[in-house]
Amino acid sequence: MKLLEVKNLRTYFTISQGTVKAVDDVSFDLDHGEALGIVGESGCGKTTSALSIAKLLPKEGKIVGGEILLEGKDLAKLSDEEIQKHRWNDVSICFQGAMNALNPVMKIGEQIAEAIVLHHKSSEKDAMKKAAELLELVEIPGERINNYPHEFSGGMKQRVMIAMALACDPKIIIGDEPTTALDVMVQAQILNLLERLRTEFDMGFILITHDLSILAETCDKIAVMYAGRIVEKGSSEDIFQRTGHPYTKKLIKCFPDIKGNKRMMEGIPGAPPNMLEIPPGCPFHPRCEYAEEVCRRSMPDAIERDRGHFVACHRWEVMRSER
Amino acid sequence: MSDNIVEVKDLRVHFTLKSSLAQDAAGRRKKTVKAVDGISFEIKQGEILSLVGESGSGKTTTGKAILGLVPFEAEKMLFRGERINLKEKEYKRKFRQSAQMIYQDPYQSLNPRNQVIDIVTEPLVVNKLVESEEERLELGKEALERAGLTPGEDFFFRYPYELSGGQRQRVVIASSMIMGPSFVVADEPVSMLDASIRTGILKLMMDLRRENDLAYLFITHDLSLAWLISDRIAIMYLGKIMEMGDSEIIISSGKHPYTKALTDIMPKPGIKKEGPRKVLQGETPDPTDVIEGCKFCSRCPIKEEICSKEEPPMKEVEPGHFVACHKV
Repeated sequence: MKLLEVKNLRTYFTISQGTVKAVDDVSFDLDHGEALGIVGESGCGKTTSALSIAKLLPKEGKIVGGEILLEGKDLAKLSDEEIQKHRWNDVSICFQGAMNALNPVMKIGEQIAEAIVLHHKSSEKDAMKKAAELLELVEIPGERINNYPHEFSGGMKQRVMIAMALACDPKIIIGDEPTTALDVMVQAQILNLLERLRTEFDMGFILITHDLSILAETCDKIAVMYAGRIVEKGSSEDIFQRTGHPYTKKLIKCFPDIKGNKRMMEGIPGAPPNMLEIPPGCPFHPRCEYAEEVCRRSMPDAIERDRGHFVACHRWEVMRSER
Repeated sequence: MSDNIVEVKDLRVHFTLKSSLAQDAAGRRKKTVKAVDGISFEIKQGEILSLVGESGSGKTTTGKAILGLVPFEAEKMLFRGERINLKEKEYKRKFRQSAQMIYQDPYQSLNPRNQVIDIVTEPLVVNKLVESEEERLELGKEALERAGLTPGEDFFFRYPYELSGGQRQRVVIASSMIMGPSFVVADEPVSMLDASIRTGILKLMMDLRRENDLAYLFITHDLSLAWLISDRIAIMYLGKIMEMGDSEIIISSGKHPYTKALTDIMPKPGIKKEGPRKVLQGETPDPTDVIEGCKFCSRCPIKEEICSKEEPPMKEVEPGHFVACHKV
């Protein structure tokens, strides 16, 4: 059995202007010790997918269809009480703005211990001991449990957030842009740390990012999202060497190719669609150089082109012939 | 006159931190942050120099100092061979027209209560360069269209909230370009934007450079981006330039250990790495700490005794390639 299986997940937001199909028919899976990267531009639904798995959606958001199977148990159907148990024990999230996520007037140790006391019903003393151990695990001296957030640098605060995410020995850690606000050297340190922890504890790891360049070296599998759908998923070799979707191809070309020639990146014409008025057919067709009549009419299904390599594009044959 | 548009020699920007009453009473010395601590460089007409470094390394402060937006000390601070003297009103007015800044965050740098046309033409109005309303609208339309917002008049009466991030940044660029500057400080102009939008903005900046022979001081933390667009790169660490030279040379054969560390961890799209990333140990020191010797020595993998005692001078290892390191 897979650790996590997401099948045809649909998460919609109901707002005064209409319905936003933030996540629409998204499927992926994750095994123990595996790292999955979800990449896409802002508003493509990557964070909403993560929040659906952790059941942390705001009140406007509802899972309207599909299944989220964690070791065979469907999380989408859990009651509120069961969710409380599942959250942090099974799945924990490490958010982007670490500096803002910590409570400035509470000691670091107390903040980590809070989750342990709540979920494991352990005494405060034991929880503080565990907090110190967790800090050591993320390479911060354990005696610093008595420090306040302002006494830490940005990178260290992000480490504290990771320690917190580990507090209840979760099976899956989701990193929602965990390194975006950090300097490159600190980013590399944090990614190394996450990799070490993942192999040490055999956890599943989902990395959500807009930065395609860090994905190849961090993740085993990659899913590319556009306008609420996964347009392509596969191994990192599939995505980079055997690119199957025009959007992925364009996205890769948006990053400087440091080992190749100095050539201005190409960019993608137009802008991502307004999620209230997603174009009919393939949502990428207005920006796609391969678009034909069929793309404007019907939404392409995700078809397995190679083993484990799914592409949702009508014009895949043309894409392949150009490869 | 040389063809240098900006010439900076031994620029220092020190900030004194506020201390509490108790600290004053105890007679403790005020802490100083040496944001920029003696750097020298020049930028030629039409050239792009990138300042690369982590947050707190003094890149933005350097840009602001050149534009006279922070108090500084310098042995030389020349614009087109002339001393930048902002105390003199007439000079200041001229200087402000030819040296401009593009800020990082287009969500914060635009006044939310102003319409696009007013934002873009504000510099003209302030400098009394337009005589009639028609002229103002005409110039505003031109500037918007040059920045890729066509047709310009469609954007005149919109507010910033009605625009996407990329469009906002185009408005920012249109308003900094409307005076026809010859030098622009671009402070992380694309770091807030999505990858697919980024390229459009960079292309626009490059086009404007070609058309107007603009020089940019391009401030970024993204080394691969700096490599792509700039002629030369200067690597900064704690207020000092560690290495400076041709962008190709810095990336492929940088000599300073900090440069090497940065190029080592540069993500290479599509390539799977072997083993963990080679990261520097430790953290950047507190900027208020007084550091003897080389600023980088606390994290340097190849440091020797001399490094913690003497500050390494800037050496020219080959023409145009400068390195500040004892071991090079």
